[in-house]
Amino acid sequence: MIKATGIHKHFNGLHAVKGVDITVQDGEVLCIIGPSGSGKSTLLRCLNMLETPDEGIVEVDGVQVTQENLREMRTKMAMVFQNFNLFSHLSVLENITVAPVHVKGVSKEEAEEKALKLLKLVGLEEKAGVYPRNLSGGQKQRVAIARALAMEPEILLFDEPTSALDPEMVGEVLDVMKDLAEEGMTMVVVTHEMGFAREVADDVIFMADGCIVESGTAQQIFDHPQQERTQNFLKKVL
Amino acid sequence: MNPYLQGIIVALKGAPMTIGVSLFAVAVGALVGLCFALMKKSEKKIVQIIAKIYIEVVRGTPMIVQALIMAYGIPYLLQQSGIAFKWPHLIIPAMIVCGLNSAAYMAEVIRGGIQAVDPGQVEAAQSLGMSKRQINRLIVLPQAFKIVIPSFGNEFVTLIKETSVLSFVGVVEILRSAQLWNASSFETFPAYIGAAIVYLMLTYPLSKGVSALEKRMAKEAE
Ligand SMILES: Nc1ncnc2c1ncn2[C@@H]1O[C@H](COP(=O)(O)OP(=O)(O)OP(=O)(O)O)[C@@H](O)[C@H]1O
Ligand SMILES: [Mg+2]
Repeated sequence: MIKATGIHKHFNGLHAVKGVDITVQDGEVLCIIGPSGSGKSTLLRCLNMLETPDEGIVEVDGVQVTQENLREMRTKMAMVFQNFNLFSHLSVLENITVAPVHVKGVSKEEAEEKALKLLKLVGLEEKAGVYPRNLSGGQKQRVAIARALAMEPEILLFDEPTSALDPEMVGEVLDVMKDLAEEGMTMVVVTHEMGFAREVADDVIFMADGCIVESGTAQQIFDHPQQERTQNFLKKVL
Repeated sequence: MNPYLQGIIVALKGAPMTIGVSLFAVAVGALVGLCFALMKKSEKKIVQIIAKIYIEVVRGTPMIVQALIMAYGIPYLLQQSGIAFKWPHLIIPAMIVCGLNSAAYMAEVIRGGIQAVDPGQVEAAQSLGMSKRQINRLIVLPQAFKIVIPSFGNEFVTLIKETSVLSFVGVVEILRSAQLWNASSFETFPAYIGAAIVYLMLTYPLSKGVSALEKRMAKEAE
């Protein structure tokens, strides 16, 4: 379970996140939607402290994330980025094994065996020795998901994982994410893919101007939005 | 024998010294330069300042002056204070000066290389729970190193030429070989032309090699 309470974040005078609370139970998928600049990424990045919140607390399984336990807590919530951020000087296999070996102290053999299983899971077992520059966008993102999974995290954080992809590659990444959701992975997903959110999310949050305007189950938000801003946003994107 | 040919042969005898000192200086420069680059990134102000002063002093004074201080000034100073000190060989202060000189330049190059690494790489490493040291060692420095390899090559070429000032402190490298032969044979023009040709024989292929490497890396980066 991940829980954030009263999260505030300012960037030189800009109040990007204004006191947001979220809770995601184990095995649930939370999708965060909203217009550009509404603070979705900032909120997500506050969860693993890539942005340090000015106020508020984040808890994973009831344990508060602090500067002292930050590295350990980060291993419990792996992140998948919009621009993949695969390590460009490492092969696909090394991308997946580097953190388990150096952060968790797993042996190289064990990490590689696990990495090959994960590559199979995302359908890229034949790409183990390839470097990221020789992969398509969709393949890169699937490797990034495998890299995140290799830490055996309790929660996966996704920041618009398909926004940098050519349209024909969006499906292959969403399919992997759907499989993970079905297997009971806890996920927080910032996304513009409304179809995915409607199908996969347990809960949906609509954000605007750094605030949660409306939250509820996927049905509530997509079929019966209560707030005018939500209705207008959905009208535009659906 | 043709005096020009002889000039080249004489200068060539100094080439191993020139290459050796230059290679050593590049290696020392890369290592010490890395330390200074990391010092400039340090969160401690005093560490930053030390690195900055070093770089300013070294870049703001001619290498020949530094070489004279190191080769003759320091032994003199030590002897004055009653310590019997003599460099066992003048190559040693020569190498130290070239290396430390190179380090000041390389520090800037390496810092630039570190800055050129995509911040997304660091964020990904952080999100996986890596420590600052691990991020530097496993992610940032290997990528920065790759970025600066051509600069290392260029620095080697520069050093081959700059080490000619060591002829003033008695290191028998290319230029000093030519000078010595000139003094005994009075073949002034062939002696110095021979030196120039030998310098070119070293620097031209090396520069071409570095450019080719740069081109290949630019292609890979696409
Ligand atoms: N590092 C930063 N420095 C300054 N301002 C920032 C920074 N990161 C985000 N912002 C600003 O904070 C606000 C919220 O940005 P954020 O990236 O969280 O929005 P978003 O909802 O993810 O938008 P998008 O859908 O475009 O990704 C924006 O106005 C943005 O310009
Ligand atoms: Mg965003």
